[in-house]
Amino acid sequence: MRKLFLLFSFFSFFWACVLPVNAAIEVYQFDNDSQQERFNNLSDQLRCPMCLNSNLSGSDAPIAADLRAEIYEQILDGRSNEQIIDFMTQRYGDFINYRPPLNSGTFVLWFGPLILLLAGLLIIWRMGKNSQKLTPSELTVAEQQKLNDILASKK
Amino acid sequence: MNKRALFIIPGLLFISMLGLLLFGLGRDPNMVPSALVNRPLPEFSLPGLELDAAESIALITPEDLTGGISIINFWATWCPPCHIEHPYLVEISESEQGLSFIGVNYKDDLNEARLFLEEKGSPFKKIIVDLDGSLGIDFGVAGAPETFIVDSFGMIRYRHVGVINHQIWEETFEPVISSIQ
Repeated sequence: MRKLFLLFSFFSFFWACVLPVNAAIEVYQFDNDSQQERFNNLSDQLRCPMCLNSNLSGSDAPIAADLRAEIYEQILDGRSNEQIIDFMTQRYGDFINYRPPLNSGTFVLWFGPLILLLAGLLIIWRMGKNSQKLTPSELTVAEQQKLNDILASKK
Repeated sequence: MNKRALFIIPGLLFISMLGLLLFGLGRDPNMVPSALVNRPLPEFSLPGLELDAAESIALITPEDLTGGISIINFWATWCPPCHIEHPYLVEISESEQGLSFIGVNYKDDLNEARLFLEEKGSPFKKIIVDLDGSLGIDFGVAGAPETFIVDSFGMIRYRHVGVINHQIWEETFEPVISSIQ
C-alpha cells in the first residue's frame, strides 16, 4: 500500500515536472487566426517582469495577466509586433524581451559564448602544437647509453 | 605559448569566476533595472482618491507633481508588504515635509483603500486612483509596493521595488534625494 502510494506520488511529481506549464486561462476573441498566433508568439516571447524566469503565457502573476490583456488590446488596435515590443521595452526595459536586442550592453550576452568557444578551440590547437614539439627527439648513441645506465641503476 | 601559460588559464578562469560570483551573489536578482530612470513621467490623467468625498471631481496629471521632489508610492490594501511599510511611510512623510508623497492606489477596492487610510493615517498629499493598473504598466511596475523618486522637473530618478523601511530610506533614498536637490 505504501509502495503504491510512493509510486503514485512519484508519478504525479514526474508529470507535474514534465507537463508544459500554461497558466493563461483568459479567453480572448480574435478577428482572425493570425492575430491569435501573434498574441501567442508575443506572450511566449515576452518575460513576466515579476517572476523572472517565465514568460507572460506561463505566468500566474497579476502583472502577467495585465500585460497579456495589454497585448490583446494593442493587437486589436492594429499595432504591429514591433510597436508592441517597443511599448513593453520602453516600460520594462530589455529585460522583458527573451530575445534581447543587440547593443553595447548586451554584446557579451550575444557573443560571450562564441568568444569562449573560440578561446577553447585556440587553447586546444596550441596544446596540440605543443605536444607535437614535445615528441622525443632522437638521442645520440652516447645519450642512449647514459639513459640505459641510469634506468638500470634504478633497478 | 609556453607551458606556463597553459597553467595560468585555469587560474585566470578561477579568479574571474570568483569575481563574478562575489559580485553576482551580493546582488538581488529581483532588482530589475528600470527603463524609466532618467525619463520624464508618463502622461496620465486619472481621478484622485478623496477621503471625505465619495467621488473625486478633479483629475490628477503629471503637471500636479512638478515643482518639488515627489515620492510616488504604488500601494494597495490587498498587498501585505504595503501594510508593513505603511507606518514607516506615515512617519517619514511627517519628518520630510519638503517632499511630496504621492500615493497610487493600485488595482484596489476604493472603499477598502479609504477605510485603510482613515484608520491608519495617510502619508500622501495626493492619491491617484489606478483601477485597472494601466498607470502601473506605464511606470513599468511589476507589483506593489514600488516607489519612485521624481525630481522637481518631473524626471523619474529612482525606482525601488519592495518595502521601504528606515534602513532602506537612509541607505538608498536619502543619497538620491540629496543628489537631486
